[in-house]
Amino acid sequence: MQHFADLTLNGLASGAVYAALALSLVLIYQATRVLNFAQPAFALVSAYLAYAVTAATGSYWAGFAAALAAGGLLGAGTERLLIRPLRNASPLSPIIATLGLLMVLQGAVGMVWGNEPLSFAYPLDYRGRFSPADAFALASVLLVALALFALYRFTPAGLRMRAAAIRPEAARLSGVRVGAVLAGAWALASAIGALAGMLAAPPFLTPNAFDAVFVFAIAAAVAGGLENPFGAVAGGLAVGVLLSYVTGYVGPELTALAALVVLLTVLALKPDGLFSRAAARKV
Amino acid sequence: MAPSTHPLLRHGLWALAALAAVALLTAATGPVTDLRVADVGLHLLAVAGLQLLVGTSGQVSLGHGAFMFVGAYTMALLVVNLPAVPLAAGMAAACAAGCLAGLAVGAATARLHGPYLAGATLMLAVGLPAVALRFPDLLGGANGLAFTAIGAPPALSGLVDDTQWRALVVWTAALLGLVVLATATRGRLGRHLRALRDDPTAAALSGIPVGRARVTAFVISAGAGSLAGACQAYVLGTATPSTYALTLSLVLLAALVLGGLGSLWGAFWAALAIVYVEVAGTELAHALHLDTDVRNNLPVVFFGAVLITVVLAWPRGVHGALAALGRRFRTPLQTGEAR
Repeated sequence: MQHFADLTLNGLASGAVYAALALSLVLIYQATRVLNFAQPAFALVSAYLAYAVTAATGSYWAGFAAALAAGGLLGAGTERLLIRPLRNASPLSPIIATLGLLMVLQGAVGMVWGNEPLSFAYPLDYRGRFSPADAFALASVLLVALALFALYRFTPAGLRMRAAAIRPEAARLSGVRVGAVLAGAWALASAIGALAGMLAAPPFLTPNAFDAVFVFAIAAAVAGGLENPFGAVAGGLAVGVLLSYVTGYVGPELTALAALVVLLTVLALKPDGLFSRAAARKV
Repeated sequence: MAPSTHPLLRHGLWALAALAAVALLTAATGPVTDLRVADVGLHLLAVAGLQLLVGTSGQVSLGHGAFMFVGAYTMALLVVNLPAVPLAAGMAAACAAGCLAGLAVGAATARLHGPYLAGATLMLAVGLPAVALRFPDLLGGANGLAFTAIGAPPALSGLVDDTQWRALVVWTAALLGLVVLATATRGRLGRHLRALRDDPTAAALSGIPVGRARVTAFVISAGAGSLAGACQAYVLGTATPSTYALTLSLVLLAALVLGGLGSLWGAFWAALAIVYVEVAGTELAHALHLDTDVRNNLPVVFFGAVLITVVLAWPRGVHGALAALGRRFRTPLQTGEAR
């Protein structure tokens, strides 16, 4: 029973990371109908920049701020330079373009910092069951989710974002600068992705560190319904807890396959994810 | 050749001609080139299988490397545990194992589309190679399974050496696979898949069995992928999980897009690109005295950049560009043809 409780708490902490990355995927999918396969590369570049800034300044939090800023810039730049030109292309095109970006960024990180693991500092005590570091991860992700809900639901900026995503032409006619708003959504989402990278990075950082995290985040985002931020957060936490049980009782190597099985089961029962509303017409 | 010839016969004759060309090429060159020719052959088969899935039926799979993993490990397990099994039977078993895996994955993902399918197959590509780490006693863990591959038969010892023989074996398997793929693409299945790709609703209304066509495409594509994996294990004499990491699946897709979606010739340019970008990257790094970090990552960065460039500027790939060039040269002669 003790083992079970430990696994649950561990799962919630790692689930917070999956939830953050899933949240960034969902925000981008909502805004531009693109599943951003380059998201783990954004998190990777941000985490490596944080490593460099921390090494230069000696302050973890300076690195943290640099990571969030870098994530935001990468997101906005990608929307402007890569996604906007492909707005009217086939649905295959953005998938392939973001995969290309993933390969370029991951390879570039390997070129600059090498493929060997770098030791990444913990800002908080990480020892023991549900450590302060775990609490920080969970609290920061829940806080971000609440802030996002408030932003989308109660502010004019959030209203513009929803309008630009759902009816771009009508939004443009009403004076919304659709391009800027979508770039803003990408920047916001990618900053959240960078947060996920900062939470997932310790203790060792390698160019492939986020492949598994990304796989779990996709499982969380798709299982929660690609259009629902709350689904992403709930999906992330659920995937985290479930995989923690798989790690504890079956073996850590099989987590990715277990995530795939869970995802396929969910999709077989509800093809648009657990938290989707029934769509009148599939798009 | 008369247009009324049966397509299977026509493709078979083309394959024989290609095999003769490979035999001449390997006879004229040394062992290094032989192995590269073999490498091109097995990547051609893998990419051609992916072509049927992505190019013809429009299902984006990021998990093709997982099927190569299945083929390579089936081959290695057979040779390690039952050394008496003939090579052809090993290849056939690997291909059958891949078809089964493709049937399972295809049936499980038949209802998924676009980003959902891409995400699920991505998880397969990351998750499956880790199985080798979970069962180190059976599958050898991170070091994989090493075995001694059968060389040239004694009867041919004066004619072909070992590396030539390997290139010929790989190309025989690859061309057999290509004949099947070409016949399937040109035939009814190919028409069904293209209709499904372009408009699923209209295709279903015209009576095309949507689920069955998609799963069949998955099965054939996975069979080609695992046969290619078996060839790779045979050429390398080993199967390791790191060979079949996510990067392989992404490079296969990238090369396919570069070569050109929708044509088997595109798969050929893709296979050339996979093998020779690696070679050129190593040589460039030597010439410029780049360190190993840069050298190891050069091919991945190149293919990533290629994906972005092709999607933004050159959507039909190398084969599309060549076909356009060919049309430009031919047009003045065929003035009467409507097109």
